[in-house]
Amino acid sequence: MFDLDRWLEIFQTINKNKLRTLLAGFTVTLGILIFTVLFGMGNGLKNTFYTFFQDDAQNTIFIYPGFATKPFKGFKENRRIEFKNEDLALLEEKFGDRIEFTTARISKGTTVKYKSEYGNYTVRAVHPEHQYLEKTIIDRGRFINENDIEKDTRVATIGRLVEKDLFGNENAVGKYFTLNKIVYRVVGVFSDEGGDREERNIYTPVSTTQLIYKNTDKIDQINLSYDMAIGANGARRLSRDIKKVLKDKHNIAPSDRNGIYVESVIEDLEQNLQLANVLQIIVFWIGLGTLFAGVIGISNIMVYIVKERTKELGIRKALGAKPSTVIGMILQETMVITMIFGYIGLLIGNFVLNSMGNKLEDWFITNPNVSQGTIIFATVILILSGLIAGYIPARRAARVKPIVALRDE
Amino acid sequence: MIQIDELHKSYRMGSNSLHVLKGINLDIKEGEFVSIMGSSGSGKSTLLNIIGMLDEAEKGSYVLDGVPIKNLSEKKAAVYRNKFLGFIFQSFNLINYKNAMENVALPLYYQGLSRKLRKEKALYYLEKVGLADWAHHLPSELSGGQKQRVAIARALASEPKVLLADEPTGALDTQTSYEVMEFLQGINDEGKTILVVTHEHDIADMTKRIVKLKDGKIVEDKFVEQVRASQYV
Repeated sequence: MFDLDRWLEIFQTINKNKLRTLLAGFTVTLGILIFTVLFGMGNGLKNTFYTFFQDDAQNTIFIYPGFATKPFKGFKENRRIEFKNEDLALLEEKFGDRIEFTTARISKGTTVKYKSEYGNYTVRAVHPEHQYLEKTIIDRGRFINENDIEKDTRVATIGRLVEKDLFGNENAVGKYFTLNKIVYRVVGVFSDEGGDREERNIYTPVSTTQLIYKNTDKIDQINLSYDMAIGANGARRLSRDIKKVLKDKHNIAPSDRNGIYVESVIEDLEQNLQLANVLQIIVFWIGLGTLFAGVIGISNIMVYIVKERTKELGIRKALGAKPSTVIGMILQETMVITMIFGYIGLLIGNFVLNSMGNKLEDWFITNPNVSQGTIIFATVILILSGLIAGYIPARRAARVKPIVALRDE
Repeated sequence: MIQIDELHKSYRMGSNSLHVLKGINLDIKEGEFVSIMGSSGSGKSTLLNIIGMLDEAEKGSYVLDGVPIKNLSEKKAAVYRNKFLGFIFQSFNLINYKNAMENVALPLYYQGLSRKLRKEKALYYLEKVGLADWAHHLPSELSGGQKQRVAIARALASEPKVLLADEPTGALDTQTSYEVMEFLQGINDEGKTILVVTHEHDIADMTKRIVKLKDGKIVEDKFVEQVRASQYV
């Protein structure tokens, strides 16, 4: 199907009529540019959501106590609910068959000191299984273990950046430092894909912390992960069951929404991705609409061009151009213009996205880009656009009567 | 070469129709040089358009080189025009963004000739009209007479059976007109059938046969002693 003469013919007309070609192509460039940038930003938004949840294992459920806002069984409203070790034990007992890992967590802002260096960090008192729930990666040494819990040892596993801040180039493992003036020994250093903030945390055994702080058995929250085998629906049921058991235990009205909070990573992720998808669909249609406006623009200009070239088309027909030849010529010309200017738009759009990079991270847009699939899709759209844009003008061109076109006026 | 019998044509103008050709009979042999004369509105251009397959007759028959021309599809008409006819227009009708050679090569492109052959032929015919040196000039860089000569070269390039010229000298001064006629006479001398529509007597006198049209009918059809244009050039 490749016809060099046809191409030469088209490039000659385009070349000889640069301004009008430019005008015709501009709208398409703009359309594709907006399409690419918007779509890429939509992807960036999705990327951000993914990183939010990369931090934790996807089958994690977080359970927090809140305030009971309704009176129930003789208990007054506005009661503060607190978790204790027994709550964790209760969940393990009741749901042991569906649960994988469990941990309590007590978080406290703490002044941390090593020699003359000090800073404020969050210390999380946890159980050993917290490591799997938080996807903590041990770089050196070890995480808190069962032995630490049993013996209330004063040990800590510190984040990579805590080591960097306080210990400089020294290896922190085995060194002693103080948490709120109480001496602990560093047993390990970890990193975390959740980002810098996560790597500025310090983990200590939950029992040690409970002992030091007024010898209580209170805990801030419970994290657990369910057995993946129960599936998404099983996870939802588990969340409901946990809520029910805990409400029962703490005498909270079943209809009270604020007594106990149960958050499931997978549900949150699903919700957020749904939001991102809806946004992207909206963005997609806006982009497509813009592109369509471009197509209408190019079609309009081509109709005008055909009108302007009526005489030329008449001459061509008088000299033996078949209607199909004329249709092919105009259609191909429109498609070439659409494709060339569309790709310019695509290139500029990609360039804009690339140069954006991670500068928009504060606005929740991470690494905005368009995938290869999208580019192929855009190409198909461009070819189709060219066909649509060229159809009406080409048909008009084919209808040009040489006798009318050549009439001397 | 051309046989026309009882040809009728009328145009609808709103509610009333205008009967332009009222039964034309014309027989033109190969190698003839015919001028069709008449005042405006006599139907001479309509007749030429029908002969040129740019327009279709309502009634009557038209046979070109043994091929009956009737109910042609647009595609077929295009092929026949390309194969049988060469057109020369009053306003030259060159494509303004193509140079002389490309203009001459255009009908050859529609014949499906290779690029090399098209170029060769185009240059040959430009040479023939004495414009080989102007092959790469755009029409805007040529004088009126040169433009018409390019148009003649273009009409000849497809090697048609019949050359149709609609007021070929209408946009030219007398001197240039005679030069163009000299070319046409030369081509006719080589045996090409030529049909010229004109309203100028001196131009008509340079052909070999004058057909006079009035109100859609042939009122006079006579062979004349050809005046050679070379004596005025």
